[in-house]
Amino acid sequence: MDLQVAKKKLGLKERYALMTRGLGWETTYQKMDDVFPMDTFEGIKIHDWEAWEDPFRLTMDSYWKYQAEKERKLYAIVDAFAQNNGHLTVSDARYINTVKLFINALAPLEYQSHRGFAHIGRQFRGVGPRVACLMQSLDELRHAQTQVHAISNYNRYYNGMAEFRHHFDYMPYLQVPRSFFEDATAAGPFEFITAIGFSFEYVLTNLVFVPFISGAAYNGDMGAMTFGFSAQSDEARHMTLGLEVIKFMLEQDPGNVPIVQKWLNKWTWRGVRVLTLVAMMQDYMLPKRVMSWAEAWEIYFEENCGALFRDLERYGITMPPCVEQVRKERDHLSHMAWSQFYQGRGTNDFHTWLPSAEEMDWLSAKYPETFDQYYRPRFEYWAKLEAEGKPFESAGMPMQCQLCQIPMFFTEPGEPLVLAQRHRHHDGEQYHFCSEYCAEIFDDEPEKYIQAKIPVHQIYQGKQFPEGTDPTAEGFDPAAAVGAFLRLDPASTGNFVGSQDEANFNMWRGLTRSND
Amino acid sequence: MPVNAIKPYNFPAEDTEANFHGARLVYVGWNRHLMFATPYAWPLPPNMPFGALTQGPMAGAFAQHPDWEKIDWSVVAWTKNGEPFTPDYEASLAENGIVHKDSLRFTTPGLDGIGGLGQ
Repeated sequence: MDLQVAKKKLGLKERYALMTRGLGWETTYQKMDDVFPMDTFEGIKIHDWEAWEDPFRLTMDSYWKYQAEKERKLYAIVDAFAQNNGHLTVSDARYINTVKLFINALAPLEYQSHRGFAHIGRQFRGVGPRVACLMQSLDELRHAQTQVHAISNYNRYYNGMAEFRHHFDYMPYLQVPRSFFEDATAAGPFEFITAIGFSFEYVLTNLVFVPFISGAAYNGDMGAMTFGFSAQSDEARHMTLGLEVIKFMLEQDPGNVPIVQKWLNKWTWRGVRVLTLVAMMQDYMLPKRVMSWAEAWEIYFEENCGALFRDLERYGITMPPCVEQVRKERDHLSHMAWSQFYQGRGTNDFHTWLPSAEEMDWLSAKYPETFDQYYRPRFEYWAKLEAEGKPFESAGMPMQCQLCQIPMFFTEPGEPLVLAQRHRHHDGEQYHFCSEYCAEIFDDEPEKYIQAKIPVHQIYQGKQFPEGTDPTAEGFDPAAAVGAFLRLDPASTGNFVGSQDEANFNMWRGLTRSND
Repeated sequence: MPVNAIKPYNFPAEDTEANFHGARLVYVGWNRHLMFATPYAWPLPPNMPFGALTQGPMAGAFAQHPDWEKIDWSVVAWTKNGEPFTPDYEASLAENGIVHKDSLRFTTPGLDGIGGLGQ
């Protein structure tokens, strides 16, 4: 007689072991080095992959369950936002330009991150980190999708978002975040995870997400706020993974320490350069401001990351030297960036404007050492020109840094009236940089950065004309051809004041508040 | 240092002069006039006279500034890649020794931007 035996339910620990570590094996008919060719060439030595401690003992089945639950909540709110014309509840139509910045500059980075983690999830021979990278890869894909879905509600009504994929690949200002991320994905798996998993997702993540998501909350944007919160629990997991990876590398071999330090130096600098966009968003683009860039830097970098780097000191890691320069630029960054975006407004896919008198007073209060002395005079002069009906707009294309690809608007640290510039020769060619740190990164791997597709140079090489264009034809208009190539809708560029977005928002919101 | 890579790593530079259809890139920035946020870049024929650069592309970009028309070109001080440089306005860019991707800056003594504030 058969005895009915109850199926033994796996304990958490056992289940975790089987569904992560149990999925890997030592190969026999191929060498492990051939199967995993990429996890040694960077010089990082791992003696015991089993020593990897998973920060979150998450298995795939529970992962699906948690994410599905979050997804249901998110889409309920996103739908409600759409059905109730949520876009008309935001503080002011200028706010929508931060949403444009998000979809064009940041959501594509989530997708890039998905690809990067999928790639290194294949390349580590240790099964623990591979499973963790796989989950992060899926998270990042989900973030990109939810952001696109949530923001698609705005895309129905406002300009500048519809071509976000094409713009991310070609729009000049978007080559800054794009080249940042491609530098990481083109590196080996350990550098990638140091760059993105640690430097970007741990050291700098609060400086990216808090301003955007708190900014959304302050400005009445329920849709963007919700995808922020929905991503938050994933971000906590990503931060822990980033830190775990750093500690794992540092503990495995003392020879790893200088390599990791070099990467931290590089990626802290590269990350902060990309955050220039966020600084500008915080100080100039949010109609209702959360905190200044300088305040965010104090809280999220000086306080939080100061503690983190003190914690890493026991491994022999020190604060990246570039932080000294970041501190000097702290009170200049957003003003320099907005000056550039304002004067280059014909080539952006979002609108710019001059700060109002009240907003300038806020900037003076937040930046008492710099704003009135160095930046207010130019904004007031430009306001005068606008009032006279002859607004200033850049009539040339900017020189850009070979490394970070940002137009060379940074001033010399400590000399706010001198534009900074560094110069290098390599293999008979010359290159220019916005800073000593960008030049140092170049010096370390010049062969990588000589391939950079600097947007202005691409245009001058004739690589940004629509296919089949004949630049020698009579009456050829290069500016129009470049605009067509970039799919730059003139309605999405230029000054916010007088824009179609402004007119439509005011008309639609007016309809919700009056009987006319 | 060479790039650390799994295979030989050898790719051409993207911005060699040969890729600019006979032109060479020249960058020009106006010191203490930060209303112009950056120096500008232009692809220019090497046989273009230096004076044609100042009166052509540079005027097109910088003449929006009220200081532009007050410039006394005989006292303008130039640098090329950070080194002092004395151009001959009649001679061509090539004859002036300007090569691909040289970066010029000019200072206009006595003209110090909007309100004398370097703007």
